[in-house]
Amino acid sequence: MSEIVLKIDDREVKATAGMTVLQAAQQAGIHIPTLCHHEKLEAFGGCRLCIVEVEVRGWTSYVVSCLYPVAKDIVVRTRSAKVDKIRKVIVEELMAHAPDAPELVKLAEVYGADRDRFERAESFCIVCGLCVRYCNEVKQKNAVGFIDNGALREISFIPEIAKDECWACQECFTICPTSYAQAAYLLTEALAFPGQRKEPVPATQQPELKPRRVIPITPVMAAR
Amino acid sequence: MPKLQSAAELKKLRAEILAKRDPAKPCIAVCAGAACDGMDSAAVAAAFLAEVAKQKLGGKLEVRTTGCHGYCEKGPNVVVTPGEICYFEVQPADVPEIIAATLKGEVVERLVYQDPNTGAKAVHMNEVPFYKHQTRLLIGDNPKIDPMRIEDYLAVDGYAALVKALTEMTPEQVLDEVKKANLRGRGGGGFPAGSKWETTRNAPEKTKYVIVNGHEGESAAFMDRAMLTGNPHKVLEGLIIGAYAIGAQKGFMYTRHDMPLLEKHVRNALAEAAEYGLLGKNILGSGFDFECELHFDVGIFVSGESSALMRSIEGNPPEPRPKYIRTSVSGIWDKPSNLNNVETWANVPQIITKGAEWFTSIGSERSKGTKLISLSGNVVNSGIVEVPMGTPLRTLVFDIGGGVRDGKTLKAIHFGGAMGGSIPVDLIDAPLDFDGMSKLGAPIGAGGLLLMDEDTDMVEVARYLLDFLVNESCGKCVPCREGMPQMLHILTNMTEGKGRTGDLERLEDLAEVTGLGSLCALGKTSADPLKSMLRYFKPEYEARIPSAGETK
Amino acid sequence: MSEKDIDGIIEKYRGQPSSLIHALVEIQHQNHWLPREVLHQVADALRVPFAQVMQIASFYKAFSLTPKGRHEVHVCTGMTCHLRGAPKLQAKVEELTGLKDGETDADSRFTFETGACLGSCSIGPELIVDGKHYGRMTPEKVADVLKRYE
Repeated sequence: MSEIVLKIDDREVKATAGMTVLQAAQQAGIHIPTLCHHEKLEAFGGCRLCIVEVEVRGWTSYVVSCLYPVAKDIVVRTRSAKVDKIRKVIVEELMAHAPDAPELVKLAEVYGADRDRFERAESFCIVCGLCVRYCNEVKQKNAVGFIDNGALREISFIPEIAKDECWACQECFTICPTSYAQAAYLLTEALAFPGQRKEPVPATQQPELKPRRVIPITPVMAAR
Repeated sequence: MPKLQSAAELKKLRAEILAKRDPAKPCIAVCAGAACDGMDSAAVAAAFLAEVAKQKLGGKLEVRTTGCHGYCEKGPNVVVTPGEICYFEVQPADVPEIIAATLKGEVVERLVYQDPNTGAKAVHMNEVPFYKHQTRLLIGDNPKIDPMRIEDYLAVDGYAALVKALTEMTPEQVLDEVKKANLRGRGGGGFPAGSKWETTRNAPEKTKYVIVNGHEGESAAFMDRAMLTGNPHKVLEGLIIGAYAIGAQKGFMYTRHDMPLLEKHVRNALAEAAEYGLLGKNILGSGFDFECELHFDVGIFVSGESSALMRSIEGNPPEPRPKYIRTSVSGIWDKPSNLNNVETWANVPQIITKGAEWFTSIGSERSKGTKLISLSGNVVNSGIVEVPMGTPLRTLVFDIGGGVRDGKTLKAIHFGGAMGGSIPVDLIDAPLDFDGMSKLGAPIGAGGLLLMDEDTDMVEVARYLLDFLVNESCGKCVPCREGMPQMLHILTNMTEGKGRTGDLERLEDLAEVTGLGSLCALGKTSADPLKSMLRYFKPEYEARIPSAGETK
Repeated sequence: MSEKDIDGIIEKYRGQPSSLIHALVEIQHQNHWLPREVLHQVADALRVPFAQVMQIASFYKAFSLTPKGRHEVHVCTGMTCHLRGAPKLQAKVEELTGLKDGETDADSRFTFETGACLGSCSIGPELIVDGKHYGRMTPEKVADVLKRYE
């Protein structure tokens, strides 16, 4: 595989053809914040938090590093006034839905985001798609999907499938940055198949079972 | 009809068709375009056919239902040849009189164009102000063609360009001609088509696709539908020529699901073309194979975005892919796919028959050829017009459009629908030009031009456009999904008298971030109308915000 | 629409995931809505995950996941119609039918929808009922038009 040399934050970084800027940066120990990115999943390009400034042949543009391919001689800046502003506003927009999500709170501190800047709609879901994509690509069960479009887009557990698959798995619950996935599953269960979820096979009979971490539901979420 | 096996056979067929047609025999063309159809032009056409049958005039008179003539405001439209006599607002009751006059070589005075100010009449198309200032290279054939009859298209030299391309030119030569012509995309991007074709052609994969984007989601743009419904063969011919140049084996016509007449005409055109051997294997004996399928959107604007459209053809949700993966290299099913707008494809045949040099003689320095414009809003003469690039907007608005309705004054001109912008009336001498209009903040887009009169509330217009886009967003990326509703919320508050200090700064930040951070053109340009409002009409916005010291 | 007709459409596209939208359009067109069981059948026959069928069926507003009324009443809210008075027309229809955008009444008489742009801008603002265009509408004329549809 051919080697490509590019500049990231004034450092010369060596990468291989086919890598994304994010991969090259991570390999070189340069931090770029992400939200919807997961090493086991195909890059999504939805949250736009990993946005960086790229200069190619004199033209500057703003691209998401999780998808942008490395190329010879490009100049990447992971922080700048514009990049920081974009990230700040993205965080502010997401905090309108999930103001207490730990990752967002941390990012707000770094980028000076104001959690009250925009009109609140506390749905708690930031539609990052981690749960949907994980269930589709890794577990291949498609128990949870997206429905609707635009601002109305939300995740939805498919009762017919969730009933048999979710309680034994629960892996998307811990991936979810706002703990909404778990709440959404439980709500679906309560409405669509109360008392009918398929329990996992007892530990003695299972070849392996990863320890399940159930995140405590805060009073705010329970009220929803 | 046996398949045409060679160019010679096509030429022979064309000669036969023309021999059967007597140019002196009167033909009454009734427009069945969207607006005329909405005004029941079908009843007018039916009345003509019934009267002709009743009086047994079949040998003396022809009645033809055609696609959109363009003068939608004054429909139902009827054009009588020879002489291109234009009758407007025709009703079934007028039919006997028109027939009688036509047979005598006379004109029905009360149905011709009359200038609303001077009362002066104009009988022939080249005298009617709406038509005479146009250069109707693309739409001019519409009144001559029944879209359901390929012979009508053949009679106006249809498919002559395909013959020339397949028999006299190599694919590289065709590509070269289109590049030299500097044909720029007419769907909104304005990107050089020849360049896109070349990228697709050079992509390593052997399987390649070409696509007609007939989605036309831009609000107030209706020229693509008029072109595709009125002359589907012209678009198809352009597509086949393009496929030949690019090396594509299959094409897709992608259009809306909500237009039954359009669907009928396109399906018929594809079937006829296949029947005549203009689609399929070994077209006209050239060795070139090409087939074409019809696909539908299901009513959402974002699926007019090229990569979202391709996802839709695959059967996937229409989510745009970021453009770092160029669809000309990796599109439908990851194969190189060249997508162009209906009007772009429609330009191709004439570039081949008349040459790039001829094409570049029309238009401005960087924008060549003509452009179809949908003229609407508070305009006197709404409809579809075609003018050379470089034409001053003033010509479009006043000479062709007839100015503002109801005696009002012009306040602003809006281009590009929900992804465009508004400019004030003092910029009316600006020329119609891709780059020039972009610089002014009102990019041509697909060509929907709206006139806004003195009563228009520019804050409300920005609000309305965002409201439209919010429903059309796919929802994948944060800046669009979240940023647009937040902008909409602020603008709605402002129009309801609930503006707050800091609203303009919030709007500006949102506009900037949505423009830079969104995944596709929908999000990226969603704030452009707002940006143009803040550039030219800021006082109206500032007036909605309480100033320091004021309480609201 | 009978089960047999739906089965016929599904059979036509069996094993062709890329024909998902075609299949749904045909079923919607004939049946006027997409029942959940039918969506499962489509998912199985076309080999598409049900979650994806749901995403497509809920994404596009041309599809209806609930039964529609006998008559579809549509007010165009495209830009030209908007400038020519569509909001007032919409308000009148809402008042006379008691329905908001997307709703169907309890008698299944009307389904009301708004949307852009049907390409007949010159005759805006428009009311379209069951595909028939009523151009150059004013709020005063709405009641008469709706009366014709039981």
